Amino acid sequence: MSATPPLLLEIEGLDAWYGEAQILFGLALQVAAGEAVALVGRNGVGKSTTMKAIMGLVRRRAHRLAFRGSDLAALPTHAIARLGIGYVPEDRRIFAELTVRENLDLGRRPRPPGATLPDWSIDAVFDLFPQLADMRARLGGQMSGGEQQMLAVARALVGNPALLLLDEPSEGVAPIVVEHMTRALLRLKAGGLSLLISEQSSDLCAAICDRGYRIEQGALRVHGPITTRAPDIPPNAQPASPTASPL
Amino acid sequence: MSFEALLFQAVNGFASASGLFLVAAGLSIIFGVTRIVNMAHGSFYMLGLYLAVTLAPLLGETFGGALGFWGGILGAALVTAALGALVEVVLLRRIYAAPELYQLLATFALLLIINDATLYFWGPEDILGPQAPGLSGSVEFLGRRLPEYDIFLALMGPIVLIVLHITLTRTRFGRLIRAATQDRDMVAALGINEALLFTAVFALGTGIAGFGGALQMAREPANLALDLSVLGDAFVVVVVGGMGSIRGAYLAALLVAEVKALCTALGLVEVGGFTFNMSRLTLVAEFLVMAVVLVLRPHGLFGRPQPAQARRGEAEAPLVPLGRTGRLIALAVLVCFAGIPLLGAVASYAPVLALDMVIAALFAASLHLLMGPGGLASFGHAAYFGLGAYGTAYAATVLGLPTPLAFAVGMATAAAGAVLFGWFCVRLEGVYFAMLTLAFAQIVWSIAHQWEEVTGGSNGLFGVWPDPPFDSANGLYLAALGVTVLGLALIRRLVFAPFGLALRAARDSRLRAEASGIAVEKVRWLAFAIAGTLCGAAGGLFAFAKGSISPEAISVGRSIDGLVMVLLGGVHSLMGPLLGAGGLTLLQDMVMRESPYWRGLLGLIILLIVLIFPSGLAAGLPRKRGAP
Repeated sequence: MSATPPLLLEIEGLDAWYGEAQILFGLALQVAAGEAVALVGRNGVGKSTTMKAIMGLVRRRAHRLAFRGSDLAALPTHAIARLGIGYVPEDRRIFAELTVRENLDLGRRPRPPGATLPDWSIDAVFDLFPQLADMRARLGGQMSGGEQQMLAVARALVGNPALLLLDEPSEGVAPIVVEHMTRALLRLKAGGLSLLISEQSSDLCAAICDRGYRIEQGALRVHGPITTRAPDIPPNAQPASPTASPL
Repeated sequence: MSFEALLFQAVNGFASASGLFLVAAGLSIIFGVTRIVNMAHGSFYMLGLYLAVTLAPLLGETFGGALGFWGGILGAALVTAALGALVEVVLLRRIYAAPELYQLLATFALLLIINDATLYFWGPEDILGPQAPGLSGSVEFLGRRLPEYDIFLALMGPIVLIVLHITLTRTRFGRLIRAATQDRDMVAALGINEALLFTAVFALGTGIAGFGGALQMAREPANLALDLSVLGDAFVVVVVGGMGSIRGAYLAALLVAEVKALCTALGLVEVGGFTFNMSRLTLVAEFLVMAVVLVLRPHGLFGRPQPAQARRGEAEAPLVPLGRTGRLIALAVLVCFAGIPLLGAVASYAPVLALDMVIAALFAASLHLLMGPGGLASFGHAAYFGLGAYGTAYAATVLGLPTPLAFAVGMATAAAGAVLFGWFCVRLEGVYFAMLTLAFAQIVWSIAHQWEEVTGGSNGLFGVWPDPPFDSANGLYLAALGVTVLGLALIRRLVFAPFGLALRAARDSRLRAEASGIAVEKVRWLAFAIAGTLCGAAGGLFAFAKGSISPEAISVGRSIDGLVMVLLGGVHSLMGPLLGAGGLTLLQDMVMRESPYWRGLLGLIILLIVLIFPSGLAAGLPRKRGAP
């Protein structure tokens, strides 16, 4: 992998717990600026926990957990978000009793000074997801799963992040929505936004991501370019080590 | 009863509803965002009133009466809000992750501390505030004179309701509150400073309560009993209106206040030859309103079903019967207690103190049956203590029944109360259960206070002395010890029986318990009834031990004593509450009675327990697997 673009997210030796149960064991991964990275693995292996651990939503410990060089371990969740990480959770977590517009207002943060990425105003995300513009007064709880998924991405975007964490963006939504979403994410990537996308199947990832990690039971097993579909990677592939090493 | 008089009382009801609404709305908003039921909420209402009656004359001297009065109200609200913010930063922030019970206890400790601080700064006398300049007169209305200030207050409720509604729907702060009510973590993940939001919300809620209190300045004197009476009312309003609904809070406040006003308006009513004084029935009416609403809509008028609450923290270790050594120690302790009368004149005070400890042990153990194996923290266990004590005292004095029979009447009274109240309470869980039990205890307390013909009012019932052979210190003590040991043996038998297993299963996972065929509500209802009956036995013993019973002895403070005993000793074992009961009784006897501020001192002790072990005493033990 070329070392030219600066590293945005650096994770080394990440342990994370959900309640009393340890989910992640020494996970390591990196995302460079402008890169789209896939996090592939079966249900329950720790993909969501990785995202939550980055956001500080679960108990975690790491040798290194840094975004643009700032240590995330000591920061509260809101400060992590303000560093420029947008989070689109697996269950979308739309505020059901707020309208589409209000959901977006809550996520809105002005572009940080010196940012090179385009400004994602509310009008700009309406342009990206025209369906949302037509239902701006609708309550979040009255939207379909696919619409909520778009809103969740839009809500994270209007905060003008440098890195977007997308937890299973194609889960439980119609194929047509997955297509929309894939196109939208490609557009974001082309605009210079970095993406970390978790998926069970790597259809969506294959279309977007430059490379990927495969998690099995809380540790990385395989790491390499995402040119092949996930099922082609043998499920019992033995990695040299759980740290990120090219396949 | 003329139509005009009824209308007059209706306006009065609107005025009272405003005050109730302001307290309940703040309570509801705070709970929505922080998930903490602020037991000290009535205290902020009380503080608002005290601050207003102090500030208004002060400001009045400099700026004149009108500005002084309204400035006093506004100033009181602002100071209360600032105090609320301070409390949030200093105390609540440390306990957001603690178990629910600890949060309830911590804010209750705050209530005790604020009450004693108010006593310290303002003294025990009621303080009257000035009249409202410009609104001190009255207007002619249907041949009656309506105080202008009541009309003003009646309007205040809807005005605040509208202002709150606009704030919640139209402003960014309101959107944040609504969003955080639903999903705090997601709000933080969007980069919003949660800590600041929580402080602001707590300040807003307490400020509204303080405002509500301050508004009462021209209507009622500031007094130290307000915090609890207002808290009890607010709980009823919130339960009736539905937690988290501002509209519901107003509607419920109106409903409760109007029913009370109606009872007052009806006055003496004759039904079938009996004369009822309806104005004495206001509290019962409140209870009836709540009962009807909860039967028809278990989550209140505008409430929604609560999602099944996942238990925070780890699963509780199963109860294990004592081993051989433990049994021997328990037996040795029992022999020691039984041998106390043998000390005779050497320690003539010993049986008296030991009697207190034995009664406390039965009281705490009966509460623990609900709290420990049942997982239901009752904040109103004093109700059944009181019913047992009053039942016993009434049977022994007025009816002149022999001691054992009077005692049985007391237990039966407590059992009846527990069966009735329990039917409602077991429909709820967690903080809702705590609120409802506290509200019922407030109702029992008020009935004891007001139904003078039967309970002797605030003086209580006197001359409750047992017949021989229980009339000596030793005789009564040994009988009490016998009753307590029987009660404890029953609890132990129940807890390890299939019934106890079902109760514990329902605590650990309600859904799984139901799915495996356990009728959770029935099991809990039975546990509630048994706990109440045994608690009534403790109350009956108490009446005989003291020779009297008064509302003072069954106030909410007793419920809290019970909670502290159980927590001190540890909720995870059957012996815990016994140790806690002994410890707290000794502590109260030796240290606390020396100071007029001992309740505040108790509050400080509770706070220390909560802050040092923020996730429960058991969690203070070293863990096997650790991580930051």
